[in-house]
Amino acid sequence: MMHALMEIAYLAAIVLFILALYWMNDPKSARRSVSAGVAAMALAIVATWSRPEVVHHLWIILALIGGVVVGVPLSRVALTAVPQRTALSHAFGGLAAGLVGTAKYYMWVSEGPDELTGFRMTAIVVETLLGFLTLTGSLMAAGKLHGVSWIPQRPVIYPLQNVTNLGLLALAVAAGAYLVVDPTGPWAHVAFPVLIALSLAFGVLLIIPIGGADMPTVISILNAYAGLSAVAMGFVLDSRLLVVAGALDGASGLILSIIMCRAMNRSFTNVLFGGFGQVQAAAVTGTEERHYKEETVEGAAQTMEMARLVIIVPGYGMAVAHAQHRVAELYDQLTARGTTVKFVIHPVAGRMPGHMNVLLAEAEIPYDDIVEMDDMNPDMEQVDVALVIGANDVVNPAAREQKGCPIYGMPIIEAHRAKTVFAIKRGKSPGFAGIENDLYFRDQTFMLFGDAKDVIGELTKQLAVDEAA
Amino acid sequence: MSRITAPVAGAWSIACVALAVASSAHADVSADASGQNWSSLTVLVLATFIGLGVIGRVSRLLHTPLMSLTNAISAISVVGSIVVAGSDFPTPIRALGAVALFASMTNIVSGFLITERMIRMFKERGEGQKGAQKQ
Repeated sequence: MMHALMEIAYLAAIVLFILALYWMNDPKSARRSVSAGVAAMALAIVATWSRPEVVHHLWIILALIGGVVVGVPLSRVALTAVPQRTALSHAFGGLAAGLVGTAKYYMWVSEGPDELTGFRMTAIVVETLLGFLTLTGSLMAAGKLHGVSWIPQRPVIYPLQNVTNLGLLALAVAAGAYLVVDPTGPWAHVAFPVLIALSLAFGVLLIIPIGGADMPTVISILNAYAGLSAVAMGFVLDSRLLVVAGALDGASGLILSIIMCRAMNRSFTNVLFGGFGQVQAAAVTGTEERHYKEETVEGAAQTMEMARLVIIVPGYGMAVAHAQHRVAELYDQLTARGTTVKFVIHPVAGRMPGHMNVLLAEAEIPYDDIVEMDDMNPDMEQVDVALVIGANDVVNPAAREQKGCPIYGMPIIEAHRAKTVFAIKRGKSPGFAGIENDLYFRDQTFMLFGDAKDVIGELTKQLAVDEAA
Repeated sequence: MSRITAPVAGAWSIACVALAVASSAHADVSADASGQNWSSLTVLVLATFIGLGVIGRVSRLLHTPLMSLTNAISAISVVGSIVVAGSDFPTPIRALGAVALFASMTNIVSGFLITERMIRMFKERGEGQKGAQKQ
């Protein structure tokens, strides 16, 4: 009876998890998603805790309390810090999977080596490998995103990098294969720690050559790994609930990585092993000096007053400057005058999928006025003013026009087809890819140099002054 | 979307079947245990397809909350951690389980709370104060 109740609770949890994700298709129904997820999780925890083999409760209570104590502050971070929080939670997921895999292996080795079937051992190896590589990989990613001083921000590239990385991975797989063939063999007590150490090292080495603009893809890939390690844990523990939840997480990570890769016109392998660094060195040499045309805030405000349709293209620069609330004030000022304002967001803008949307939502900009790149591009000729805030490569027309340029073929927001372009930029250095942005030198483009928050604040003030006059 | 997810899901299921064949080739697997393994693999393949179908329809606006939600969901590994931390196993093994439980619980709490916080911010025109004055 007890057992049947437990299985029913697990089954209900599976249904609720799928519903939670299903409701995410629209911001309105999404409000139900979290309740469904919490209910499912509570069911699963209660059902598991009441299992007869769970006899020690103190550690469970302590660990749960510890989780709440650390988890609550982690959920209160500023929304500009959401990418690093997400990476950190991938790390926790990987850690949990790796530790459970390790615990199960040593338990079975000491208590019943017969239990270590080939299937289970394969699952343990996959779980431990993916779990620990996700742990260190995500910690590195979180450190880079947070700007931790001893983690290099720029991609670190050294000779034979891919050979070293793949060699390490091959060694880890070899250790794993040895364990599957003979889980209690003479070298097993060495092979298992070696597997763990290599996975940890591989996670670090995989992330150090990756730069900031590739972070959305990398976070998605780490998401998929964390999900797959949960699936493997499900096989180890023979839990269908874990297999399903892990597969949902893994599938989500996969889809997001595919979307990110397509938005950059690159493949998985190119992001993980591609030498973006080498290409950029080649691209920078040989471009002659060109000059920016600057515009004053007053001039820009005048042009915007005449505009009927304004688009705003936000990028990572908006997040860095925490400028989203000022942008909302500008939006209010313009819409109050009857100007139509649309936000156009590139899928890889920011440091994680959907990053810009969350920041704009925080500033209470209604999501009806957010349009996708593919929906805006055909109507770009009708745009009177395109205001580019801290976005660079995603509006670079070279991706359309210059064959051989490193970002050639990447889908872009075609702001260069708008009648007037204002670009807010902090400094005069090129973007992440190290490529000069052609857009900035077009006839209709004017630069507004300065901190995005200040420039937009002044722009809004100027518009208000002009209106009063 | 479906054009690209189909091959990925296909590759995933082929990998699963390969795993199953490789491991059931072992002589030490009883018929019963092997049946369990096969049905778990079937569940994995089906759940993956459901996941790809459901997540392919998720609004692009919500990709950040989606990631924090799936993160919390995959912290269902608490189920395994509770058993490892609470069963009558040797102390070092239970300690590993307790740390894993702590990590999963952190993800559950922070994942659900921040997802809730973000989803509540998404408002249509007229729902919030901003932009309400405009048709």
